[in-house]
Amino acid sequence: MKVLIPDPLRSYTSERREVQADGATLSELLADLDRRYPGIRFRMIDEQDAIRRHIRIFVNGEQVSGLQVPLTSADEVFIVQALSGG
Amino acid sequence: MATISKQKSAMRTAATDKLALLVATRKGAFILKADGSRRKWETTGPMFFGHVVHHMMLDPRDGRTMLVAARTGHLGPTVFRSTDFGANWKEAAQPPAFPKVPEGKKGRVVDHTFWLTPGHSSEPNVWYAGTSPQGLFRTEDGGDTWGPVAGFNDHPMYTKWTGGEQDGTPDGPKLHSVIVDPSDANHLYIGMSSGGVFESVDKGADWKPLNAGCRADFFPDPHPEYGHDPHCVKLHPLAPHILYQQNHCGIYRMDRSAGSWERIGTNMPKEIGDIGFPIVLHPRDPATVWVFPMDGTSVWPRTSPGGKPASYVTRDSGQTWQRQDQGLPASQGWFTVKRQAMTGDAHDPVGLYFGTTGGDVWASRNEGAKWTCIARHLPEIYAVETAALA
Repeated sequence: MKVLIPDPLRSYTSERREVQADGATLSELLADLDRRYPGIRFRMIDEQDAIRRHIRIFVNGEQVSGLQVPLTSADEVFIVQALSGG
Repeated sequence: MATISKQKSAMRTAATDKLALLVATRKGAFILKADGSRRKWETTGPMFFGHVVHHMMLDPRDGRTMLVAARTGHLGPTVFRSTDFGANWKEAAQPPAFPKVPEGKKGRVVDHTFWLTPGHSSEPNVWYAGTSPQGLFRTEDGGDTWGPVAGFNDHPMYTKWTGGEQDGTPDGPKLHSVIVDPSDANHLYIGMSSGGVFESVDKGADWKPLNAGCRADFFPDPHPEYGHDPHCVKLHPLAPHILYQQNHCGIYRMDRSAGSWERIGTNMPKEIGDIGFPIVLHPRDPATVWVFPMDGTSVWPRTSPGGKPASYVTRDSGQTWQRQDQGLPASQGWFTVKRQAMTGDAHDPVGLYFGTTGGDVWASRNEGAKWTCIARHLPEIYAVETAALA
């Protein structure tokens, strides 16, 4: 399925904004994403499987809060990073 | 003593190498390379531009492996590795992270890796890392995969020793000053802000507080067993029974045969005090130590006392201190020098270096007698380390 990558994580995807990854849940999708782009998962998901504070993940436009969300191949996953800071 | 003389000689030989400074900043990393005389410096970088880089270290055992502890304001923490002195970098496959706990329990999360220490000379690919919140991690493959040192992270006293979030620095509680005794790979020290100084004699399997004699003025009982705030702890490489620390509550020295810390900062001028972040040891003379005092009065401005920055040196183990301010601003110089941001080289005379939170790097080729600014306008500096270039 289609996964949209925010700017700060595109160093992992050879600067590609849109990539493909598979999984029956968001957890599986992120594991697949990490297989394809090693290291990317830990920058947005912590060791307790929580989405990091400044990361938001949307599935078909709806924000999700956990990793057990079911997915289908037609879904679109949008990863967003907060723009706050200085 | 013959052994120390031989080691001193070896260290001077190494000092003929060219020198670089590894500068970690809030917005990336920089390398400052010196000419042979240490008079001219060239700044290269930034590397990892935009990353918060807490520490960058060269492995002195091979002279080419470097590790960088980095995160960004929004992305999680990681470690980058280079095996060719920074020409190419690769991210660690498994950065320092606490173990996942069962569903429904609250687990610890590494906010950032704060400190990197190469392991013992007999353990070539071993490094240690200290994190925020307090965690100790170890790699045996040169920094690619890291595992927790469970003997500390899961010690039954961990929660009591480390306190809570409220006991940390404004940037979070930190485990720092990871020291490997050069005479014994099993003998480790750590410092924690907060927590105090701790020691392990079995390669991290068990730990004991090492704070006797050190004050913790912020507690009702100023002499607790733990809970202190060492800002920076150093062990002398040629006299590993001698430790120094710049603490939140003064400058201390310990001779392990005495068994407790002695406050040597009381001999500093009263108007300056003995509060600061870094402490630097002479590579060959265990009696010579430098500090960079800061204002620790009232609400703790953490800037140079009176806006007049200076290093102070003792050459008699802290009995007397001499001010060193030649070349530094005579007034309106409100420097803050963080705990990892001052260091020395192995040359003779020793070169000293510090970076400020204002982004300037200062150097002295003569053990602090005169200071020169060698880089300006860098981002906020977190750490400065020397690296001998082969």
